Amino acid sequence: MVLPQQGARLGRKDHTPKPTQGFQSWLLRLLVHGAALFTFSILLFLIGYILVRGIPYLTPDLFSLEYTSENCSMLPSIITTVEMTLISLLIAIPISVFTAIYLVEYAKKGNKLVDLMRLTTETLSGIPSIVYGLFGMLFFVTQLGWKLSLLSGSLTLAIMILPLIMRSTEEALLAVPDMYREASFGLGAGKLRTVFRIVLPSAMPGILAGIILAVGRIVGETAALIYTAGTATEIPNGLLSSGRTLAVHMYCLSSEGLHTDQAYATAVVLLLIVLVMNTASALIARKLTKN
Amino acid sequence: MSWLFALCACMSIVAVALICVFLFANGIPAMKEIGVFDFLLGTKWAPKNHPASYGILPMIVGSLCVTLGSVIIGVPVGVLTAVYLSRFCPKKLHRLLEPLVQLMAGIPSIIYGFFGLVVMVPLARMIPGCTGVSVMTAAVLLGIMILPTVINLSESAINAVPNSYYEGALALGATHERSVFFAVLPAAKSGILAAVVLGIGRAIGETMAVIMVAGNQPILPRSIFKGIRTMTANIVIEMGYATGLHREALIATGVVLFIFILIINLTFAVIKKRGEKR
Repeated sequence: MVLPQQGARLGRKDHTPKPTQGFQSWLLRLLVHGAALFTFSILLFLIGYILVRGIPYLTPDLFSLEYTSENCSMLPSIITTVEMTLISLLIAIPISVFTAIYLVEYAKKGNKLVDLMRLTTETLSGIPSIVYGLFGMLFFVTQLGWKLSLLSGSLTLAIMILPLIMRSTEEALLAVPDMYREASFGLGAGKLRTVFRIVLPSAMPGILAGIILAVGRIVGETAALIYTAGTATEIPNGLLSSGRTLAVHMYCLSSEGLHTDQAYATAVVLLLIVLVMNTASALIARKLTKN
Repeated sequence: MSWLFALCACMSIVAVALICVFLFANGIPAMKEIGVFDFLLGTKWAPKNHPASYGILPMIVGSLCVTLGSVIIGVPVGVLTAVYLSRFCPKKLHRLLEPLVQLMAGIPSIIYGFFGLVVMVPLARMIPGCTGVSVMTAAVLLGIMILPTVINLSESAINAVPNSYYEGALALGATHERSVFFAVLPAAKSGILAAVVLGIGRAIGETMAVIMVAGNQPILPRSIFKGIRTMTANIVIEMGYATGLHREALIATGVVLFIFILIINLTFAVIKKRGEKR
């Protein structure tokens, strides 16, 4: 025998709500599904549209070593992007990883300085890139006299990605079980050795996922770079010479309005890089949760 | 070695201090020279005129309009999508959709802007009286761009609500939908509010995408179908050739934007702290 209450649990339709409730539930379900459909179809449409319109214009011309106003080659800007990314990471990774180590392993709770560090890190992660660009222009370009250059741009970006790498490192470090540390101490290892030999290696996937996200952010950045690294079209021949990254290159192409086809093609390359970066980060993060 | 870690940890403090010092030191004098009221409340931005006038009210209004519009579009869709991901979505689909949200957050703003320029602007032009590049186009595009922020934070807020709320509502005879919307969602209120605030921060600071679809006329907007210029756009467009007081006025625009962002961040921190206390 099926009791009425059991019936209600087995299938939602069995218990009879007031008609208005039934309608309300139906409406809510419709709204929720509609919103999700909207979100994901916009995303897929955007990616699909850029790929379909852009891939036919991916000609070998676009990857020649010299940029001319005719071929609009993006190879110089790709090389600049790689250089810029490496320099920024070189500066940002040690600082942000050490910061996270300090906050998780060394800092004492209730320390005023630590509170201030957290506050400033959150502030940094909320500052829009154009403000970073302004700051970079005022400080690195003008005050330190580095002009529009690879170095000014990279340092600006390094500050920008600090909070990103820091937060993911902090989370990864917190996720390492205390058991590991205790076992290490129990075997006679010191604090420093424990951090570098035990804690950091186990937190590595989380840190790596954060770094990859940071790379994605660097590759896509425009506003912070226009007035710090400049828009020179050549491959920069030193730390103090100007160069444009791929995203800046794309901005120049699309705002000039003369090379829409090439802008599509550049968008494809940019999008593919970001796609690869995100997939890599997601895969690493998934591996992390499995372990 | 711990001193080295502590030293690195101080870098974020140094960075924020430097940013504040350099922005304010370069922006405040210009504000004084122009006059704070003339600068903030002047409706005419004409740096090339004689005498030049530097009123950024149109840009402030522009930023606020576009941000408000993006919230009207992005927040309902974002929160509802978060509800879907958290309570309606089959587990297998969720594993597919979650990386998509991250991807959406990772797509560079320049690509969103380009998409807006080649797809949304021509569409908007079909509306009678709409110039294509307009407040509305920018608001819709920004609404899409803040979706991942809103979705991520709202979803974790909804997930953090104890399951007993949901089960209790079900036990009282509410349907699945009504339990989620009238028991779980109100309990996640402060987290969702934090998500909205962060979304506002993203929208008001967005630059490249807005430049490409907003039209960039430095005048007070007459309707949502007309062009507009935001504070961020003002900086990027004119900084390239600005000199003297004009340049300083642009930096001062950055200062105003920075103050807006600081207020938004503070609100976010307060909401988050209050949520944690409960």
